[in-house]
Amino acid sequence: MAAVAHEAHGHHDDHGHHEEHFVSKYIFSQDHKMIGKQFLVTAVFMGVVAMLLSLLFRIQLAWPGESSDFLSFFLGDTWAPGGVMKEDMYLGLVTIHGTIMVFFLLTGGLSGTFSNILIPLQLGARDMASGFLNMLSYWFFALSSLIMFVSLFVETGPAMAGWTIYPPLSALPQAISGSGLGMTLWLFSMAIFIAGSLIGSLNYIVTVINLRTTGMTMTRMPLTVWAFFVTAILGVLSFPVLLSAAVLLIMDRLAGTSFYLSDIIVGGEMLTQHGGSPLLFQHLFWFLGHPEVYIVLLPSLGLSSEIIATNARKPIFGYRAMIGSILAIGFLSFIVWAHHMFVTGMNPFLGSVFVFTTLLIAIPSAVKVFNYITTLWRGSIVYTPAMLFAIGLVSTFITGGVTGIILADAALDIAVHDTYFVVAHFHVVMGLSAVFGMFGGVYHWFPKMYGRMMNTRLGYIHFWISIVGAYGVFFPMHFVGIAGAPRRYYDYSVYADFDISSYNMQMDLNVVITIFAFIAACGQLIFLYNFFYSIWRGPVAVQNPWRSTTLEWTAPVEHLHGNWPGDLPTVYRWPYDLSKPGAEEDFIPQTVPLAEGEEEH
Amino acid sequence: MVTKLVILLVVVLGILAIAQMMRVYELSSKLTNKQEHEISNRDNNMNAKLMLLFMIVLFGSFIWMILKYGWTGRGEAAAPHGRELDWLMNLNLIIITITFFLTNTLLFFFSYKYVKKEGVPALYYPHNNKLEMLWTVVPACVLAVIIILGLKKWNEATDLAKPEAIVVELFSKQFDWTARYSGVNNKLGYFDYKLTTDNNELAIMTTNTIDSAIYQMESGTTGMEALEAKLNDPNIVMVPEDREKMEADLARKERMIRLLYQMREKHDSELDALAWDDIIQKDTLYLCKNKEYEFNFRSKDVIHSAYFPHFRAQMNTVPGLTTRFKFTPDISTAEMKKIKDDENFNYVLLCNKICGGAHYKMRMMVVVLEEADYNDWMRSKLNKTFKDTYFPQAAPVEQVVEEADVEEVEAGEDNPENEGE
Ligand code: HEM
Ligand SMILES: [Cu+2]
Ligand SMILES: [Cu+2]
Repeated sequence: MAAVAHEAHGHHDDHGHHEEHFVSKYIFSQDHKMIGKQFLVTAVFMGVVAMLLSLLFRIQLAWPGESSDFLSFFLGDTWAPGGVMKEDMYLGLVTIHGTIMVFFLLTGGLSGTFSNILIPLQLGARDMASGFLNMLSYWFFALSSLIMFVSLFVETGPAMAGWTIYPPLSALPQAISGSGLGMTLWLFSMAIFIAGSLIGSLNYIVTVINLRTTGMTMTRMPLTVWAFFVTAILGVLSFPVLLSAAVLLIMDRLAGTSFYLSDIIVGGEMLTQHGGSPLLFQHLFWFLGHPEVYIVLLPSLGLSSEIIATNARKPIFGYRAMIGSILAIGFLSFIVWAHHMFVTGMNPFLGSVFVFTTLLIAIPSAVKVFNYITTLWRGSIVYTPAMLFAIGLVSTFITGGVTGIILADAALDIAVHDTYFVVAHFHVVMGLSAVFGMFGGVYHWFPKMYGRMMNTRLGYIHFWISIVGAYGVFFPMHFVGIAGAPRRYYDYSVYADFDISSYNMQMDLNVVITIFAFIAACGQLIFLYNFFYSIWRGPVAVQNPWRSTTLEWTAPVEHLHGNWPGDLPTVYRWPYDLSKPGAEEDFIPQTVPLAEGEEEH
Repeated sequence: MVTKLVILLVVVLGILAIAQMMRVYELSSKLTNKQEHEISNRDNNMNAKLMLLFMIVLFGSFIWMILKYGWTGRGEAAAPHGRELDWLMNLNLIIITITFFLTNTLLFFFSYKYVKKEGVPALYYPHNNKLEMLWTVVPACVLAVIIILGLKKWNEATDLAKPEAIVVELFSKQFDWTARYSGVNNKLGYFDYKLTTDNNELAIMTTNTIDSAIYQMESGTTGMEALEAKLNDPNIVMVPEDREKMEADLARKERMIRLLYQMREKHDSELDALAWDDIIQKDTLYLCKNKEYEFNFRSKDVIHSAYFPHFRAQMNTVPGLTTRFKFTPDISTAEMKKIKDDENFNYVLLCNKICGGAHYKMRMMVVVLEEADYNDWMRSKLNKTFKDTYFPQAAPVEQVVEEADVEEVEAGEDNPENEGE
């Protein structure tokens, strides 16, 4: 397959560059760089939608029951009569916010963008193994995004059962209005999303295995590619399970089967379904769901490895240990899923097993953190905006990782499961860490993607507002959560009935959190402005702006079909020869042969 | 409207301001010939200092929040296992807080200290096996301790209750809780969801409730007979959709009724005694101080979660599955009010699994009474059993309990083996 792809492109190059049609260049493009950019722009759009949703429900949490023009403006009379959000819509917003952020921004957007752009460029390939499948993967993603977005405007509301869509709630339209058409759209959107993600992942895997250029052994691959590679494997192994979970749910909803339903009376109606188990769904969901969180995080860790090494002007510390931890995390992430189910009625002995495996995952995670920190030690750090975000990622990965240890301890999870403590935990690792990695990636590889530079100063402002805003949002949530506040509550008025001091604390902190959320959101406006302005008006980039060693920076700034004008580059060394003693420059590109008597790290 | 305009105006002005700033910045960098990817020393140093500053602010606000809202803010646990769990929680929190401070300090301090300085090259330092060993082994050891302690407490907390524990069922539905005390025999009557009727909301199984469910389904207002009559009545004109719905309803009831008849065939009327003495209690759950409780959880519709924050107890309620949890309240409500110095404080049972629009209002008050008060309350309930309240006409069950025994029985000390009479 590799040979065919190469030949095809060689052939192409012989003819030089013919004019491409607008449609085949910008819309149905099969070029990995264009597809990557399509993923990015779609994800940015979805991210903005999801962020807006979160602002809407944050207003409700901070000022419950107060009329707000902001709410009536966005939700209209149906969902916010008199400017007060409806209970059902609150849950709908939370659900779609979570779904978009986890799947569309941080799975589709993150892997889709950077795997596409970086895998061929960093491996020295002309394109993905299959350009056509790659295009298909994007269009599946686009279609599923569209369906998910449209589901917000359905008359009975979008899906409302939480992003984890546990049945029976998600199976029974009588139980909540969003489980009608909204849920159907959710399921179809996700089914299409999964198909697209599978096609994409298979393509990434094949490309990594087959299309590495001469000299690019597995242990000379940048950590980014390692991360994308393992991520794709996780996706291929776990997403089909979510698909089957979704298909069974569709059957329960449409065909009257009872996979997840048993002995239910809802809305006065006695259902005949008997023998199904809601726990089955949870097992299937989390069998994807936990690998999924690493599908979200690993690419960001990969990106930041690259960014940190480049900008600290040092080799990443413990390259092999980093690969080892990526593999260990990948493997372990498949045998921890039931830590989401300690108090769901699952056998407690089974819970014990998952306590053990889950806590094991903390070890490779710790190794990664220490390796990042050691990479900074005695570096010569250059603060590009990407570097700021990468350091932010490490800090938030620590903060979110350590709370995972509490949650993984089943005995402690009894009291904090489904409270804001969990919300804080996963937002710090996904909403901060993974998103920071993504931002870092955008700033770092923007010159590669668009041939122009983003504005550095605005990047700084964006970072500092983001980290202050985001920590400001999620740090207090730990306090609210550990004090016992349940998540997915429309308001906390019940607390006023039994514990006024707890109630006051929650009201205080909820206002603080919402204010920080607005600050953080304003920071993202700066990013949006910088991003779109620089695409068209940014200063033109030089070929290797960050003085980096990896192959993508040996390709010309202008985008060519096939990436390199002449032959493909040949690789002679690992990607982290930065500040190598005896070298003239503080970086040696991978394409430079070893000097006489030089050792490969 | 005005607010909308103001918001719009602010956004537009903001964007204009940024655009203007960018222009100035670009012009000035053109003048100085600075390229966008070259980071000036000034910018580098500024960000390095901000890193340090940020760390101080982050740590400072963390400490400030601890001082203001308490280390955990959850108050004293009102059950012995809860206090043990809190002890473990504190231990783990201390470990992770130390880790948090240590690693973040290293990270931000290095970020500050090792910012690029002219003439100081970075150290080429690709790996060090000893160091890497160190930070694999140390976390592994700490985690081993955490795992061992955690599993011990987990096993204790999820173990079955002692046989003499008082059995109470908590029944959940959108959006409220109902408690069912197991009565004098400390055994809950059986149940089957098909038995749900207006005067048997918990679907408890006795000969009478089966008969009554069959009667309802056949001859009740929406029973099969009524449905058939409507469907066959030539005078009623129905929208086809309504007719289809009604036919589906009828078909479903026809299937159900067969199962109900089967149930009646199989039902052992001796089991009725288990059910008749059960006591159904809404609004408030009364518990007796220092008595162990074995809770059974059920759900009528979707998943809910029985969350007792003050007792550090939680278990999901799952339709089609009975789940369980045990705990022993050992601080009465009155005592806790004193501890908290809050006259209005109360224990509570919350729903903690998204279950629909009014999820956030689904709660039940919990009151822990001293033994004497509890017995008084229980005595007041003894003639309000399931049978007394809903099926007074049912055949009496020979279950004479002497007044003298009652006190013991109420508190669940002793179980007269009278369920099989
Ligand atoms: C040290 C590593 C980690 C451990 C030990 C850990 C442990 C846990 C546990 C036990 C839970 C279940 C808590 C509960 O529902 O009561 C949980 C929830 C979660 N974690 Fe982690 N976690 C770790 C890292 C991560 C990372 C890196 C991510 C994502 C990038 C992540 C994302 C999530 C999410 C999304 C949830 C909650 C999902 C939900 O209930 O909606 N975790 N984590
Ligand atoms: Cu997990
Ligand atoms: Cu509920």
